[in-house]
Amino acid sequence: MPFNLLVLACVLYVALLFAVAFLAERSAAMGRARWLRSPWIYTLSLSIYCTAWTFYGAVGYAARSGLEFLTIYLGPTLIFVGWWWLLRKLVRIGRQNQITSIADLISSRYGKSNLLGAMVTVIAVLAATPYIALQLQSVTQSFGVFASETPVEMGLSTAAWVAMGLALFTILFGTRKLDAREQHHGVVMAIAVEAVVKLVALLAVGAFVVWGLAGGVGPMFDQINASPMATWTLQPGRWAGLILTAAMAVVCLPRMFHVIVVENTDEAQLGPASWAFPAYLCAMSLFIVPIAVVGLNLMPAGANPDMFVLTLPLSQGQNALAMLAFLGGFSSATSMVIVETIALATMVSNHVVVPLWLRAVPARVQSGDVRRVVLLSRRLAIMGVLALGYGYYRLSGGGASLAAMGLIAFVGVAQFMPALLGGIFWRGATRSGAATGLLLGAGVWLWALFLPSFAAGAVIPDAVMAQGPFGVGWLRPQALFGIAGQDPLLHALFWSLALNTLGFCVVSILTFPSPVERMQGAIFVNIFDDDAVGPQAWVRGQADAEGLLVLAQRILGDDDALALFEGETRLQGKEGYLPDPTPEVIGRVERQLAGAIGAAAAHAMIADLTGRATVTVEDLMAMANETAAIIENQSRLEAQQSELTRTARALRDANEKLTQLSVQKDAFLSQISHELRTPMTSIRAFSEILTEGDVPQAMVQQSGRVIQDEAIRLTRLLDDLLDLSVLENGSVQLTLKTKLVSDLLDQALAVSGQSRGARALEIERDLASEQFYVQTDPDRLMQVFINLISNARKYCDAEVPRLRIQVRQRAGRVQIDFIDNGKGIPKDAQGLIFEKFARLSDQARAGGAGLGLAICREVMANLRGTVGYLPGQGGAAFRVVLPLRVAVEAA
Amino acid sequence: MKPPRNQVFLERRSYRLRRLGDAARLLPVLGLVLFLLPLFWGPDASGQPRLTAWDGIYLFVVWCGLIALSVILSRRLSGGGTGAVPADADDQPAYAARRTEE
Repeated sequence: MPFNLLVLACVLYVALLFAVAFLAERSAAMGRARWLRSPWIYTLSLSIYCTAWTFYGAVGYAARSGLEFLTIYLGPTLIFVGWWWLLRKLVRIGRQNQITSIADLISSRYGKSNLLGAMVTVIAVLAATPYIALQLQSVTQSFGVFASETPVEMGLSTAAWVAMGLALFTILFGTRKLDAREQHHGVVMAIAVEAVVKLVALLAVGAFVVWGLAGGVGPMFDQINASPMATWTLQPGRWAGLILTAAMAVVCLPRMFHVIVVENTDEAQLGPASWAFPAYLCAMSLFIVPIAVVGLNLMPAGANPDMFVLTLPLSQGQNALAMLAFLGGFSSATSMVIVETIALATMVSNHVVVPLWLRAVPARVQSGDVRRVVLLSRRLAIMGVLALGYGYYRLSGGGASLAAMGLIAFVGVAQFMPALLGGIFWRGATRSGAATGLLLGAGVWLWALFLPSFAAGAVIPDAVMAQGPFGVGWLRPQALFGIAGQDPLLHALFWSLALNTLGFCVVSILTFPSPVERMQGAIFVNIFDDDAVGPQAWVRGQADAEGLLVLAQRILGDDDALALFEGETRLQGKEGYLPDPTPEVIGRVERQLAGAIGAAAAHAMIADLTGRATVTVEDLMAMANETAAIIENQSRLEAQQSELTRTARALRDANEKLTQLSVQKDAFLSQISHELRTPMTSIRAFSEILTEGDVPQAMVQQSGRVIQDEAIRLTRLLDDLLDLSVLENGSVQLTLKTKLVSDLLDQALAVSGQSRGARALEIERDLASEQFYVQTDPDRLMQVFINLISNARKYCDAEVPRLRIQVRQRAGRVQIDFIDNGKGIPKDAQGLIFEKFARLSDQARAGGAGLGLAICREVMANLRGTVGYLPGQGGAAFRVVLPLRVAVEAA
Repeated sequence: MKPPRNQVFLERRSYRLRRLGDAARLLPVLGLVLFLLPLFWGPDASGQPRLTAWDGIYLFVVWCGLIALSVILSRRLSGGGTGAVPADADDQPAYAARRTEE
């Protein structure tokens, strides 16, 4: 195939991408970008994970190491199906804090530290060089496959041409404007198209190999089993280690972080991507083994297996398919390079150039267009990164396998993982810890993996490789600490991550974070707590609104800055463009600026403007005090409120009681009238008979007796009433004496047994327990006893009525229980019996006015004791409780 | 007054959503275990190395299974309204408990 045709195809293809990117940019600018936010575009843009390494290199990897190539796709699959755990949090943090890159995330989390941002940037750039070299090498090799008749000299210049072309495309679309939110709709759309192209191309070659060359799925299996690849050796360390590395790299690679977090326009995109991206990876890996097997069978020995995807269709005369495969590979390489350089350029400009510029130009805030500096530095950074990649490609000799080069980059970026995970899950992680970990990890990676990857003797002399620097044997690059004989990749992976994590954790535990760090740590770790809004950093800062606007204009551009300020002013309910510079406004402006130039630089510029270096411990203390005061106020109010509620409830209860008492009083009056009237009626009737005269003697006697009985009853009733009212008023005079309890009970039993016609009652007592003295009013107490005993005598309905009297002494109080063996008192009446005129049975049998128990209760209250019904004793049971000695107080 | 943050009882739907979140967190663990399983196979009894074809089929079946489970989980999790997922009090038990005491 003529070389020129190939170049033409590439140019046309790039022109198509230009058109796609341009259209997407335009429709985004016109606000018609809804479809750009679809999760499928997002998923396709994630597929820049599959670079030329996947497209070409995976086949070579499979041919060399069997199924081990799958580890590179299994790791990311685990991260994505576990999106709920890590990615969701990352995306939320990225969106809420306007994160622009992984360097920005780490710098922002650890107190907006410029040092960390710069460190991450340097490591990322270094790690990207072999990766970009890999892409250049694959494109060069693929050109070489088609143009084998052209001299080899052509190859090197091909790489240079490709690098320049890519730089141009990236600069045109990646750095046209400085966005408040570092998003590039055009680029995303273009790489989504490229994702489709490379998937279709690889599947087409795979389908051609399986059904065209092997003759179907069954024969394919036979061919695999008969090929040199029929068996493979699983190296346990590499298998587990590479799954882990790939899992970390898919988050930490600058371009992956960029598309996952920065280009994310809607959190809802993550859900579908969590399965669609693994499915994409699965589809990409499906035909790798068949292509490798058929390639090994059909191609001449010594053919580069990395190029089987291209050389297989070509050798079978399928020129169109080969062209498609070429474009697929071209897509894989270009999309990776474009996004990687954009991400790296953002990091370089935000964390290296802008801070340096701010330091170098003293009048930074008053003059100079920051936008121009930022954009220029990004363009230069893109060229610089590509130049570095090209340099690595030249230096490494262009002979290494694609997968080996990619893995070096993977281990490099994996060094970000401890600081990243610690930053978003552990509030105790500190800046010093993160810096230590990064330094140790990156150092080991450089020494043990990156530098030795150049051609032998190119960077590290052979003598150092064999004996260590200055003859120090335990520092040999591939045998650190004297442990030799390991796989170099695994060796570097283990030592770098182990020392990184160890340094990170130990130093974090030992050091103390600054206030800004602690604030940021709290915000990042608790990102899902909706009310955990971090404290405002600018709580006491003084800023001039106009100065703020000028600053914002120079970074965001006139229109965006004016729109932002107009919105803020309207939020405050004012007109115009100058809001009051409240801490909230300053904080939001800083976040917007951070979206363009990174958190650290934005923080520094605002700090310069407000005249405050940074938030101080005093600020935090003042804030904490204010908060504490508010909380205290609130709790005081709450206490008052509950106090009021309590009072209201007490008042309501009192009111209810009063109403009840009034009802009771009415009932009492009508009851007492009734009680007085009954004997009065008989007295009147019989006295009328007597006054009529001419009455037989017997009749006179009988009438006189009735009148006398009723008068006695009336007197008793009135006595009781008087007694009750005296007791209720508490004006009763107590005559205190010391008496033996058993004597009191003996007397009471004797008195209550005297009355006429008393029923027989068996008494059951434990005399031993009654032998102690109480100081009380014996007559009053006896009155209570007599009442209870006669009640038992009167109401106990057992065949052989029996009364058990139990005396107990407990904690200075005496308990005397009167328990009979009758039916007891029904539950609903138990509350009533101590009320006045309460009677359960008919009046005749009771022979009293129903005041007995009411009087008992009042007596006991006067004796500082109680009397109550004791349920559940098998019969009617009353418990009298009284103190051993009545406290002498004026009664 | 604010309702306490750390409610012991949730309505049925929120409870389901949280457990789905737990399942989504556990899925990668399951995947890792299944992907690391080949480590224990080693050469088979007769001393023959592993067969590429069969190991490949195993890995792809596990892979597809994970994808299928992830489809179900992500549909359920975002089907209930993306924003409606209750903030994970489980994430910060100590913090939430302190808030409740205020």
